[in-house]
Amino acid sequence: MATSNLQISATYQKWRKIKDQLARYGVVAGGLGVIVAIVLIFFYLMYVVYPLFVSAEAHPVHQYQVPEASAGKTLFFTPEEQNEVAVRFTDQGKAVFFAVDSGVVLKTESIGVPVDVAITSFAVGSPSQGYVVYGLSNGGVIVVRHKYRITYPNDKRLITPQLEFPLGEQALQIDPEGKAIIDIAFRSNESGTTFVARTADNRVLLTNLFKEDSLFADEDSFERFDARLEVDAIDLEFLLLDKEQRNLYLATRDGHLSLFNISDKQHPVLVQHTQILNAGDQLTSLVFLTGELSLLAGDNNGLVSQWSLVRDATNHYSVQKLRAFKVSELPVVAIDAEQRRKGFIAVDAQGVAGIYHSTAERELLRMKVTSAVPKLLVMSPRANAFLLQDNLGMIHVWEVDNEHPEVSIKSIWQEVWYESYPQPDYIWQSSSSSNDFEPKYSLTPLVFGTLKAAFYAMMLAVPLAIMGAIYTAYFMAPGLRRVVKPSIEIMEALPTVILGFLAGLWLAPFVEEHLMSVFSILLVLPISVLLFAFAWQFLPKSIRLKVPDGYDAALLIPVILLATWFAYSVSAPLEDLMFNGELIVWFNNELGIGYDQRNSLVVGIAMGFAVIPTIFSITEDAIFSVPKHLSVGSLALGATPWQTMTKVVLLTASPGIFSAVMIGLGRAVGETMIVLMATGNTPVMDLSVFQGMRTLSANIAVEMPEAEVDSTHYRVLFLAALVLFAFTFVFNTLAELIRQRLREKYSSL
Amino acid sequence: MIREWFKTGAPWVWLNAAAVSLSLIMVFGLLALIAVRGLGHFWPAQVAAIEYVEKGSKQTITVVGEMVEQQVLKPELAKAAGYTPEQAAAGLAQYLVKTGNRDISGLDFRWLLGKDMRQTSYPENLMVLERREWGNFYGYLESIKQSGEVVAQGEGAWADLAIRMQRTLDIFEQIKDIERGEIGTINYQLERLRLKQRKLELENKFDATAKQGLVLQKAELQKKYQALQANLTDLNQKIRRDSLVAKTSNGQQVEIALEKVVLYYQPNAMNVLQKTGHYFRKVWEFLSDDPREANTEGGVFPAIFGTVMMVMIMAVIVTPFGVIAAVYMREYAKQGTMTRIIRIAVNNLAGVPSIVYGVFGLGFFVYILGGNIDALFFPEAMPAPTFGTPGMLWASLTLALLTLPVVIVSTEEGLSRIPKSIREGSLALGATKAETLWRTVLPMASPAMMTGLILAVARAAGEVAPLMLVGVVKLAPTLPLDGNFPFMHLDRKFMHLGFHIYDVGFQSPNVEAARPLVYATALLLVMVIIGLNLFAVGIRNHLREKYRALEN
Repeated sequence: MATSNLQISATYQKWRKIKDQLARYGVVAGGLGVIVAIVLIFFYLMYVVYPLFVSAEAHPVHQYQVPEASAGKTLFFTPEEQNEVAVRFTDQGKAVFFAVDSGVVLKTESIGVPVDVAITSFAVGSPSQGYVVYGLSNGGVIVVRHKYRITYPNDKRLITPQLEFPLGEQALQIDPEGKAIIDIAFRSNESGTTFVARTADNRVLLTNLFKEDSLFADEDSFERFDARLEVDAIDLEFLLLDKEQRNLYLATRDGHLSLFNISDKQHPVLVQHTQILNAGDQLTSLVFLTGELSLLAGDNNGLVSQWSLVRDATNHYSVQKLRAFKVSELPVVAIDAEQRRKGFIAVDAQGVAGIYHSTAERELLRMKVTSAVPKLLVMSPRANAFLLQDNLGMIHVWEVDNEHPEVSIKSIWQEVWYESYPQPDYIWQSSSSSNDFEPKYSLTPLVFGTLKAAFYAMMLAVPLAIMGAIYTAYFMAPGLRRVVKPSIEIMEALPTVILGFLAGLWLAPFVEEHLMSVFSILLVLPISVLLFAFAWQFLPKSIRLKVPDGYDAALLIPVILLATWFAYSVSAPLEDLMFNGELIVWFNNELGIGYDQRNSLVVGIAMGFAVIPTIFSITEDAIFSVPKHLSVGSLALGATPWQTMTKVVLLTASPGIFSAVMIGLGRAVGETMIVLMATGNTPVMDLSVFQGMRTLSANIAVEMPEAEVDSTHYRVLFLAALVLFAFTFVFNTLAELIRQRLREKYSSL
Repeated sequence: MIREWFKTGAPWVWLNAAAVSLSLIMVFGLLALIAVRGLGHFWPAQVAAIEYVEKGSKQTITVVGEMVEQQVLKPELAKAAGYTPEQAAAGLAQYLVKTGNRDISGLDFRWLLGKDMRQTSYPENLMVLERREWGNFYGYLESIKQSGEVVAQGEGAWADLAIRMQRTLDIFEQIKDIERGEIGTINYQLERLRLKQRKLELENKFDATAKQGLVLQKAELQKKYQALQANLTDLNQKIRRDSLVAKTSNGQQVEIALEKVVLYYQPNAMNVLQKTGHYFRKVWEFLSDDPREANTEGGVFPAIFGTVMMVMIMAVIVTPFGVIAAVYMREYAKQGTMTRIIRIAVNNLAGVPSIVYGVFGLGFFVYILGGNIDALFFPEAMPAPTFGTPGMLWASLTLALLTLPVVIVSTEEGLSRIPKSIREGSLALGATKAETLWRTVLPMASPAMMTGLILAVARAAGEVAPLMLVGVVKLAPTLPLDGNFPFMHLDRKFMHLGFHIYDVGFQSPNVEAARPLVYATALLLVMVIIGLNLFAVGIRNHLREKYRALEN
């Protein structure tokens, strides 16, 4: 058999060569593939996060003459949801529906103004509802709604525009004196409709139609309230009413703003009168930002400032300036807010338009839209297009690609003054039930929570693990060490979900009930160990020698157990004596420190527990691998074992210990389940040890499953993951590099 | 003198020793806590009948239930609850009693004050019923009814109950088999037919012949289904035949259908042997049964199954890739700065938080890979996603990526331990590099690979955070492995022991009742993971011994 194997044919040799080559290429390809796959993680996270920081893009798509110019001048125009059909309301009381892409008229309807009456004013309701209102010269108003019915004949979308009269085709009389209405504001919701009108003789009237719920009547019945506002109305230019029909803003062209609280429709109250512009400036445009909690004021210097209702400490509301955007040096002609986000578009007198986001304080885009003077500007409902009409009667349609305006370096890392908040703050609040909610994507409280949790965990883990490792590696008997080291190391494999569960359901209630014991154990334990050690040397030699060298740790186990029991049993009477029986209550009353059951203390203990094995293991290895001749030399020169330890061994092992702490920190920063289960997961920024936190990782675990794919929220969560990734990667690499550097330095020893 | 003593450094050494002791106490204390709570759960507790004076009405009532916990009410709280300062200062003992009967009283647990408890007895005829819904029932057996007629009463009832329960449980098993097995299969096949039709429609091939074929198949399945349904109706009627009448502690008569009962026993009448038998029956139920009542009762079998299957698929993926990468880095790549950087990077990846892998898995595997697979191969199922949603495959892949560094590092270590002389000897005898690797190096490194694999498995089995994003659910209706072609359903979601702990412990409506089960689940998981780790340590030690001999 052996002889036959020796006669190897040439083809077989070739085959072996080929196999060898194949194996080489296979392994190289496979190995590189795996490494590429690992690198892919980083790049994929980057790829998802990247669009957050991309600016918006816009380009012109259509341009045409105003459709059916004979129907009158445009007062307001807007496309519907799909950007297929748009409507134009004219000063002759006509609604012209036209195709957005060509300007072809689809339908023209008339509002039906009586023959002897003229249209004297016009206003738009909440943009999403599609209401507009005409004010008439006889003191009446007509409310009109433009609606779009979508059908799918032959599987193709067909949009049919309609005009409705929610309050009837007859004009509703606002002014009993029959004077012309020259300015009007209007809002409507489920509970009622409110009009605020300025008449030709400068009275400001408020009319509220309150919807009465009636069990029997099929038709809604209204109760009408009328009131007159005590205000000097001569220069009034802007009337704005918020959608809750609670706040009314009146502004003059020179920037005087009056805020009325009209919660009680019969008794409007003047809340504040303020100047929102510098002296001599002119207010050119005043509109609501979506949500109608803040105003955007454009002036003749090209500045758009955001003003919001802010509540101060005494529960007093006032309008305050949150921020301003410089659009250009020329007057701002028109501003229009997006309907679903806190963004807006503004255009100046030379046709330069800018797209901005208020929360992020970000200018996303600025471009010249027309060379003529812009007249009217409107953003489409989905904010993916805008329409502009200029003084030459041209309508320009632009497409906008602006997916993630909400995020900027500032909105993620710095204090942001959110609408209705008393001052700028760091807040994470990514979603809410309401549609026009201002998302708050500040990662700062999350990073703070992450570092806080890691800090408390390290407070427990670092001393215990390093001290334990010193003893195990240097003083402990080898026989004991062979048992102790794996026992502690095996804990590293313990699933953190178990630690989290115990921390949340067992430790947290325990600590809350026995807080005093926790503190007294902290105090009693080291003292009792020292006392025991001190007493030990006075014991007769016969007893002392029975315990072999390096078994002190075993000896201390009963001591620690006893001390713990002692601290535990003494703490209840002590608590009665010193803190009136309730330490937590005492903390709250005397020091004003609130107590949260799932707090940093619990997290610190649980996560410290999870980190101890990591730090212990690496530190122990580092100390144990210090060359013996170093320590032996030191001892031979007369140093005590402890001196040898601190002056020689620890110094030599310090790179290893440093890297152990770094790796432990990396683990504490990224730990998810423990913090998820053992904290309340509230993103607060509070250093107190009795308060919880929300960490980056727990935040991802909680919110990721609910985030809509490719939404801003989704990408911000990816950003959080990227931050975590970078954080731990940098820490670990740093640890590795420093360890190698220091190792080289000390290798001469 | 104390100063002298501190100068010797001895106190510091003692404090260091104390740190070790404390760590050990924490480690073993934790394990003991889990073990005691987890194992204790299955032991049939004595059920007490407590005469209790109610605080408000001053009437004496009897409370029946298991004593679960006792504690001393803090003086502050006692005062707040309206007790006199003397009473409060004396320390009021209070007992948590699991009274069950949630359908009657609305509560599972009740706190009783020690001072108002008059007499506690343990009547032998107290009966515990574990039910399919509403938790445990505690009470006294009165009579047995068959189709509404009393057939046994008093002494004979207990013996009769045993026979009838046996019959009911048998029928229950049959019903379950039919519902889960055969009807499940038919539903699955019907769904496949629907998808087939949709696919043909999408490809414009749905003509008359195809339609006829499908209709025929459908009709056949429907026929089978009807037969099974008839059988099922019959069995359902049979199972409802018997019921029992029991008296609760306050004398209320309750009729309970036997089909609703899972387990019945009289713990106070059991001797140690019977209790041991009961104990192991409960343990077996825990390991082999499906969960009941929003996971707070019953077993964790689907979670065990899901964990094991996920880990196995992960192992199949991670081993070859990890080994190839390690072989490349150690045997083929030029050792230089580049390999050093790669090595550091791979090492560091082991320290990257697991949730980051979860995020990657969700974004890349589920939405990008899965979404594209759906668009290419499963257009007929749209808009319902097949692979474009979290599931078994993606969870396994994500964990494979997560544990890749473990396998790479471990295998590399094994490769580096193999003496150069062995490779050189093989090459000198004329073997190619591939042959050397395959015949000598890899077999010698195989224990290291095994170690890496086991460590990877242990880590994967305990990891929860990434799984929450890529495929774990609180209750999966079907296992990812069953008798329906193609048998392995990697697109399905699954249950997992670790997530089970999180879910039952924190998301369950009745945390108090579920807590013992969580401890038991935790114990199971700890045992699996520590077992795997010890196994890995053993292999590593064995390996070291082996090569120490070779090196000399």
